[in-house]
Amino acid sequence: MAELKLSGIVKNFGAVRVLHGIDLVVQDGEMIVIVGASGCGKSTLLRIVAGLERSTGGTVLIDDRDVTALEPAARDIAMVFQNYALYPHMRVFDNMAYGLRIRGLSKEDIKRRVQEAADLLGLSELLDRRPRELSGGQRQRVAMGRAIVREPKLFLFDEPLSNLDAKLRVAMRAEIKRLQRRLGVTSLFVTHDQVEAMTLGDRLVVMHEGRAAQIASPMEIFERPADTYVAGFIGSPSMNFLPATITEDAKAATLSDGNIIALPPGQFAARPGQKVTLGIRPEHISLTGPLRLTIDLVEPLGSECVVHGKLASGEIMALRLPGAPPSATVLDIAPRTEHLHVFDAETGKRLPPPA
Amino acid sequence: MQRKAIFNNKLLPYLLLAPQLAITFVFFFWPAGEAVWYSFIRQDAFGISKQFVGFENFTDLFADPLYHQVIINTLIFSLAVTVLAMGLALGLAVLADRHIRGKDGYRTLLIWPYAVAPAIAAILYIFLFHPDIGLIGRALKAAGVDWNYTLNGNQAMLVVVLAAAWKQVSYNFLFFLAGLQSIPRSVLEAAAIDGASATYRFRTVIFPLLSPTTFFLLVINITYAFFDTFGIIDALTKGGPGNATQTLIYRAYIDGRVNLDLGSSSAQSVVLMIAVMALTFVQFRFIERKVHY
Repeated sequence: MAELKLSGIVKNFGAVRVLHGIDLVVQDGEMIVIVGASGCGKSTLLRIVAGLERSTGGTVLIDDRDVTALEPAARDIAMVFQNYALYPHMRVFDNMAYGLRIRGLSKEDIKRRVQEAADLLGLSELLDRRPRELSGGQRQRVAMGRAIVREPKLFLFDEPLSNLDAKLRVAMRAEIKRLQRRLGVTSLFVTHDQVEAMTLGDRLVVMHEGRAAQIASPMEIFERPADTYVAGFIGSPSMNFLPATITEDAKAATLSDGNIIALPPGQFAARPGQKVTLGIRPEHISLTGPLRLTIDLVEPLGSECVVHGKLASGEIMALRLPGAPPSATVLDIAPRTEHLHVFDAETGKRLPPPA
Repeated sequence: MQRKAIFNNKLLPYLLLAPQLAITFVFFFWPAGEAVWYSFIRQDAFGISKQFVGFENFTDLFADPLYHQVIINTLIFSLAVTVLAMGLALGLAVLADRHIRGKDGYRTLLIWPYAVAPAIAAILYIFLFHPDIGLIGRALKAAGVDWNYTLNGNQAMLVVVLAAAWKQVSYNFLFFLAGLQSIPRSVLEAAAIDGASATYRFRTVIFPLLSPTTFFLLVINITYAFFDTFGIIDALTKGGPGNATQTLIYRAYIDGRVNLDLGSSSAQSVVLMIAVMALTFVQFRFIERKVHY
């Protein structure tokens, strides 16, 4: 059980800077998910925490101990890899016991701890098998087991679910969450999958081009995204964005086709004439209003449907509607005022609440 | 899988195989058959008279104390060459696998000795170890060592072993390097996180995962030491001093080409043929089945 503190983590690969100073505090027992598109630096950050990669600048503290310069072995951490990284020539038991043997535990202790972890993960029957005789899900569990038996201060997960098929992924996701709760181990989990991120994390770090775009709880990120990148990244289908200009009284915004959309009162400090980007999630659109949407694609999903179309002004919009697909080819719509997000058009940042 | 001939013409497949079969027949089966036949015959050096003697060539051969010594020479030589060539190559491959500056150049340099002809390798070793003109030979003498491999059998053995191993290191290095690079990086990282030191990692993860490569090279190296080192021995020591560096293959040459005892030489060739068949059998039997995890 431990607290992880990252401050000012910078990483250069040659002349390219891939991490621009990441600050993050992970509380004892917390599960933090680092999410972002590929190439955003999330795996690099995890590998720096693991000690597999040297940071160019910044410090890593585990329980207030500076481990920045330490080898992975000296950090008391465990890591679950995307390809599981099991030792192919060892039985499941030996895979799990490897780290314990190095630490010089007695035979009985090793046996007991491996057995406990195996019981917890439902691996008791498989201890004599070799990795190649296991299914993907079982290998995943062995990798988890190898991490658990060590009883480390910190769990690191590097996209551990992405090699599993969709159904197994959902099951393992729930299993990991349950396990992490039960063991209460401080965890860092890297993924590119926003659903995984939302469901697993106590808090999320949304990374974009080597920076932490937002660090907050999943619902906070969904309801109050810090910028247009986070807003577009979390949520499926993505949030719709409409360019607009704030009106003279600063209570509404004018769209490019002249339609005026009221802003939620008292939420955004907007200046008259300010160029903004309005954001509205596909599920937050009402079917009466001044905007005319020409439908060009409907995706029925059973309990709901996703409608893609174009506004008269040429902007593309997606809608999520409950029930069966609409029969009309044209819909009159408006964003629901209370769910409207307003971002500065230049910086992409969410407008702050009025002082 | 269906494996039906796609040829309508019954003759065509045989015609296509004919060149390969012809080469195998002319250059292998024919001389090999000849050797087997000669091994049962005793004839004089001028080929004037021949006499069928059954297994007498073989019984004479195995009763000959010199042949016993040659067998022991061969075992010592092969073992030393194999261990030395593989050990050095593994060490170099481990070093070259690290992220070091200029590793491409380093790797290329290590592959060069493979392109050196055996006779030239032998000349290089003469220039190194000759007691009068050799760089190392003279240094050894200057340091007070009684160094003269042209007179001392053990020293001669050492020099041929070094030369033969040096030639084979490149080959082994290539395979070990490829083997090392095929070990997933994440497995080594997992071991590092599990707390394994570099040497423990090598012993418990890298070496076991290299075992298919190691076994393959073991067979290849023994075969090399047995059969492909004629040139080096001939150019360096000609089997001497005394018979200290005579191996089975070199003895067969001496008896056949120098002493013109075709019967004994043929019998020795047959013994070698059986040995190479056994090695090939081992190789196919176990390597095809992949003796590993």
